[in-house]
Amino acid sequence: MTPTWVQLAYLACAVCFILALKGLSGPKTARYGNLVGALAAVVAVTIPFFYLDLDHVALILVAILIGTAGGVVGARKVQMTQMPQMVALFNGVGGGAAALVALLELADIVGTGEDVGWFVLLATAFTIAVGAVSFAGSIVTFAKLQELMTSAPVVFPGLPIIFGAGMLATIGLTAITLGAPVLWVGVVLGLVGLVVGVLLVLPVGGADVPIVISLLNAFTGLTVAASGYVLENTLLLVAGTLVGASGTFLTMLMANAMGRSVTNILFGALKGGSTLGGGEASDRPVRSAQPNDVAIMLGYADRVIIVPGYGLAVAQAQHALRELVDVLGERDIQVDYAIHPVAGRMPGHMNVLLAEAQVPYEQLKEMSEINGDFKDADVVLIVGANDVVNPAAKTTPGAPIYGMPILNADEAKQIIFMKRSMRPGFAGIENELLFDEKTTLLFGDAKDSMSKLLNAVKAL
Amino acid sequence: MSEAVVWLTIFVLSVFVGIEVISKVSSTLHTPLMSGANAIHGIILLGAIIVTGAAESTGAVVVGLVAVVLAAVNMVGGFVVTDRMLQMFTRKKKKAPAESSAA
Repeated sequence: MTPTWVQLAYLACAVCFILALKGLSGPKTARYGNLVGALAAVVAVTIPFFYLDLDHVALILVAILIGTAGGVVGARKVQMTQMPQMVALFNGVGGGAAALVALLELADIVGTGEDVGWFVLLATAFTIAVGAVSFAGSIVTFAKLQELMTSAPVVFPGLPIIFGAGMLATIGLTAITLGAPVLWVGVVLGLVGLVVGVLLVLPVGGADVPIVISLLNAFTGLTVAASGYVLENTLLLVAGTLVGASGTFLTMLMANAMGRSVTNILFGALKGGSTLGGGEASDRPVRSAQPNDVAIMLGYADRVIIVPGYGLAVAQAQHALRELVDVLGERDIQVDYAIHPVAGRMPGHMNVLLAEAQVPYEQLKEMSEINGDFKDADVVLIVGANDVVNPAAKTTPGAPIYGMPILNADEAKQIIFMKRSMRPGFAGIENELLFDEKTTLLFGDAKDSMSKLLNAVKAL
Repeated sequence: MSEAVVWLTIFVLSVFVGIEVISKVSSTLHTPLMSGANAIHGIILLGAIIVTGAAESTGAVVVGLVAVVLAAVNMVGGFVVTDRMLQMFTRKKKKAPAESSAA
C-alpha cells in the first residue's frame, strides 16, 4: 500500500495545482501561479524514487533529462508568434505519453492475469484511445498552424463514414477489452485512436484551430485522470480532472468569444454548410496608396485606432508600430490599440506579442471597451489583420466566421489596410471592407511598410 | 464506503474545483491559462516513471522510456513556455530598469 507520507505529499501537490490554476486566471498572480504549479510538479515526480523499489532508475533519469532538455529548448527557442503550435505539440506528446502508460498497464494486467474489474479496464481503454486521439489531433493542429499543410478545412467524400467507422471500432475494441483484455487489441485501439484524431481535426478551419487545441488539452487531462484511477494515484486523478474540467470550460469560453459553438467548430465543415473562399486572391479593383499618403492621413488625424493582427507579428513589425504610435502621440494624436479577443492565433495571443514590444498596457483596449469609439475615429489602421474586421461576420450567414463578434472598423471615417497581398485571412474568406470606398491599401511586408511609414510621419 | 466510491468522490469534487477556479479568467489570459493547464497534465510523467520502474520485458522498458521522454517534454516545456508568456505581461510594469537581457 502507498505510505501515508506519500499520500500526504500528493495531496499537497494537488493543492498546489489548484492554486496554480487559480493564480493563472488573474493577471497579477499568473506568473506566481505557474511557478507554484511547476514546483509542485517537480516535487511530485521525485516522490516515487523514494518509496518505490524502481528498476531501471538510471535509464529513467536519462530519459527525463532528454525530455527536459527537449522541452526547455523548444520552449525557449520558439518565436512568440509560433507559440500556439508549440502548446499544441506539448499537449500532443502528453497525450501520447498517457496512451503509452495505459498500454503498459494493459500489458501488465494481461501478464499477471489478475481480475482488476471492468472499470479499471474501461479507464485503461479510454486512456489508450483518447490519448492517441489527442496525440494525433495535436500533431495535425501543429501542422496546420505551422503551415506545413493547408489551414483550410480538409474534407473528402468518405470522411464522415471513415470517422464513424473509427468511432464504432473504438467502442467495439473497448468492449472486447472489457470482456477479456488482450494486448494486441489495445495496440489496435491506439492505432484507431490515431486515425480518429487526424480525422477529427482535418475538417476544422484554421481560425478555429486554437479552440481545438484547448479541447484536446482537456482530453489529455481526462486521460491523465483515468491513468490516476488505474495506477491508484490520487495526484494524477486530481491533476488530470482539474485540467479536464477547466480545459473543457475554457474551450467553451473561447468558443463564446468567437461566437461559435464547439460542435459547430468540429463538425461544421462536415455538414458542408460553410462557404469557403478557397484562399484565392481577388482581382476586384481596390485603392492603394504609398507610405507618404498614409503618413499624411495619420499625421493630421485627431483620433487613430490601430487594429493589430497576426500579420503584424509574423513580420515582426510590432516594435516599429510602437515607435509609430509614440511619434503620433507626440503630435497630440490619441492612439489606441483595439485588441480582438482572438487577435493573433489564440485568445490573448496579441496581448503577449504587443507586451513583448513594450506597448503600454493602458493603450491596449479590449473589443467591448473600444467598439463604440470607431465612429469617432478619423483613421483606423489595420495591420496584418483581416478576419477580425470582416463585416461578413455580421452580414453573410453561412460564412465560416458568421456570428463572430468583430471590431467595428467599418464605422471609422477612413480605413487603412496594411497588407502583404490581397490573399484572404486565415479563415479563407474575402473581406468586403477592402473594397469599401473609405478604404486605402498599403501593400508590402508589414515591417518594411511600417518603417517607411514611420519615416514619412517623422518628416511631416 | 467502497473504494470505487472514494475515487468517484475525488473525481466529482475535482471537476467542480477545476471549473470554479478558472471561472473568472479574462480573455487576455486564456492563452497562458491553456498553456499552464497543459503543463499540469504533464504530471503523467509521474505515472510514466512508476510503470517504467516496474517494467520487466525489454519492450515494456523501451515503451516506458519513450513515455517518460514525451511526458517530460510536456511538463517541463509547458511550464517554461507559460513562464515566457507571462514574463511579457509583467515586464512592462517595471520597464524602467534597463533593457532586459533575456531573449
